[in-house]
Amino acid sequence: MPLLSVDELTVTFTGHGAPDVAAVCGVSFQVDESQVVGLVGESGCGKSVTSLALMGLLPQRGVRIGGRAEFDGTDLLRLRQARLRDLRGSQLAMIFQDPLSSLNPVVPIGVQVTEILSRHRGLRGSAARKEAAELLDRVGIPDPTRRLKEYPHQLSGGMRQRALIAMAVACAPRLLIADEPTTALDVTIQAQILELLKELVDQQGTALLMITHDLGVVAGLCDRVNVLYAGKVVEAADRRPLFAEAAHPYAHGLLGSIPRLDAPRGERLRPIRGSINDRIDWGDGCAFAPRCDFSTEECLDGGLPLTLLPGREAHRVRCVHPVAAAPGDGAGDGPGNAGNGPGNTAGNDPGNTAENTAEGSPGENPEGDAAETTEATS
Amino acid sequence: MTLLELDEVKVHFPVRRGILFDRTVGHVYAVDGVSLSVSAGQTYGLVGESGCGKTTLGRAVLRLNEITSGRVVFDGTDLAALPAEEMRRARRRLQMVFQDPLGSLNPRQNIESVLAEGMAAHGLGADRAERRAKILEILDRVGLPAGSLSRYPHEFSGGQRQRIGIARALVLEPDLVICDEPVSALDVSIQAQVLNLLEELQDSLGLTYLVIAHDLAVVRHISDVIGVMYLGSLVEEAPSDALYSDPRHPYTRALMSAVPVPDPEVEDTRERILLRGDLPSPAGPPAGCRFHTRCPWRQPERCATERPELTDVGGGHRVACHYAAEIAEGTLRPNRELAPPILHQPGTLTGFEAEAAEAAAEPGAAAGPEAGPGGPPDGGPGQGPQPLIP
Repeated sequence: MPLLSVDELTVTFTGHGAPDVAAVCGVSFQVDESQVVGLVGESGCGKSVTSLALMGLLPQRGVRIGGRAEFDGTDLLRLRQARLRDLRGSQLAMIFQDPLSSLNPVVPIGVQVTEILSRHRGLRGSAARKEAAELLDRVGIPDPTRRLKEYPHQLSGGMRQRALIAMAVACAPRLLIADEPTTALDVTIQAQILELLKELVDQQGTALLMITHDLGVVAGLCDRVNVLYAGKVVEAADRRPLFAEAAHPYAHGLLGSIPRLDAPRGERLRPIRGSINDRIDWGDGCAFAPRCDFSTEECLDGGLPLTLLPGREAHRVRCVHPVAAAPGDGAGDGPGNAGNGPGNTAGNDPGNTAENTAEGSPGENPEGDAAETTEATS
Repeated sequence: MTLLELDEVKVHFPVRRGILFDRTVGHVYAVDGVSLSVSAGQTYGLVGESGCGKTTLGRAVLRLNEITSGRVVFDGTDLAALPAEEMRRARRRLQMVFQDPLGSLNPRQNIESVLAEGMAAHGLGADRAERRAKILEILDRVGLPAGSLSRYPHEFSGGQRQRIGIARALVLEPDLVICDEPVSALDVSIQAQVLNLLEELQDSLGLTYLVIAHDLAVVRHISDVIGVMYLGSLVEEAPSDALYSDPRHPYTRALMSAVPVPDPEVEDTRERILLRGDLPSPAGPPAGCRFHTRCPWRQPERCATERPELTDVGGGHRVACHYAAEIAEGTLRPNRELAPPILHQPGTLTGFEAEAAEAAAEPGAAAGPEAGPGGPPDGGPGQGPQPLIP
């Protein structure tokens, strides 16, 4: 049984008079013990809201949460606050993106670390201070006893993130949620922090839910990856199959848009056209259809399930026209099932994409695009 | 042809204390002696971590920060010596694209007014109609609809705002565009659109770019020549491909090995050089080589006392390291004790400690450089001149 099993999680923000905003519209994934699972997506895809919902950190009012999130048999979403407070910090822990705003600026680091130790482990006084110093030492903060007396502003960014990690692992949690833990850090410091997280998972068997926008981080760290778009998982796969044979046009497009350090110079990027603002409601079809090069009428039917790719284990994709696993590089971006896919237009698509860089220009409505493509095939 | 040449440029910010008397108690050495040259039509990429002075250097070229000493020669004239009014006029040819597209646009100005302001200030375009025609042409080039003219910055998405920022620079028909973190505020898919746009504009308008960014992959993608900065000075400069295939400075090597590559095969196999600690404060930079406090290859002599000069090692590749040649040959090994301590729990051995233990068990292997090729366990971080990413 998985340690954490999230099933059809939905989070809707309801405002005064404003239309409801569905930030997460049915996300399901699982995390096993000592597994690193990635939630990947761009801003606005609902990845952070998912993590906040799991930790019970969303405001009580103005938010509607649906679905289930079973952690070791108990549904986190229906837990009473008091019980949740016992779990948080001991069995569940979270690291946030911005280490400065996650620490109290007027309280010394030591007090903030010992607080957790006294709340969950009953340690007091010098025993707590000693343990806190050991924790800081373990996450690689030099001279921990001096650091305990310092305030957050006296620590560097990397050191603050280390302190937060020390607090998160103080009670050897079974699940650690890391929400963009390295985004605010420089790349050499990022490497240190990622290495530290890896060590924690290896040594303590902690399960890690890694929330990030950086596919490079995912490639180095995660066992399993869930790609989110507009509040739904559009592709879920193990790390290697995802990077080698991304099947959803969005995941595939993301990989084509990243400048790679090891790519030869002069190679043009293949961006995804439009922006997240062009999405449509999942009820009306695929939210990505307006930006997709392969979209057809079928994409707008609605009710797209996350289906297993034929012949694959555990590689699921929510798409009518999954991108075929092209041997070598994704030069032949043709859709998988050529029978109903726009096989002919696929060859022209990269060029088309490059020209069509204007985001959300009014001329591109999803219906028009889709109609064009179907005409070409039929 | 060299369009822009910097000669020993220094930008020091005074640190002041006191209420009645503004005493200067020290300096922040943001940029401390940088010399580089940018050829016309090329892209020069400046890369480095936060606090290394790359943004200050970019602003110093436009004299948005006053230069403490040194020369900034743009197309034959020393900008550092120009009187203010002449400098203002010179800025038509040197434009900047800023990092935060929303913060650099006035929320109360519509797009036409934003773009026309610079033209009016520099006396471009005889009248409103002429300016509007020029603005529409540029908007089309950067991929914004003509209907944007009367809209306001908040009505656009992040990527579109960055396009407006680029258009604002381009309406003045500049020769040199300084792009300060042009894509770091954007999502990956939008980032690629803007990078492609910058390349297209360079091809069609013959622009010269000075791109400042912290993301080495972005800089490598777009630049012809890359300069790596650390604590206010250049530590290495090379053509883009050479820097990638043959990084010479220990800092560049560490930086490259830290950049995540979106490919599990590469991530699992490449060597990783982790650095110990954080960037020292530019207010009190270390003596000698600025990097020696974090350098895994640090040597007892020279490194802490003598500041290395940027020296040419052939093919336009310049490195500021006393031991660059020895490191490249593999005769100098990284010092394990200078590697960062990752979790050291009692009873468990981390990679470095395990290797050190193994090495110690093998007589003679711990002797370091003299140990023959068959000696110590291979595959440790930073041994010899292996390519960073096989």
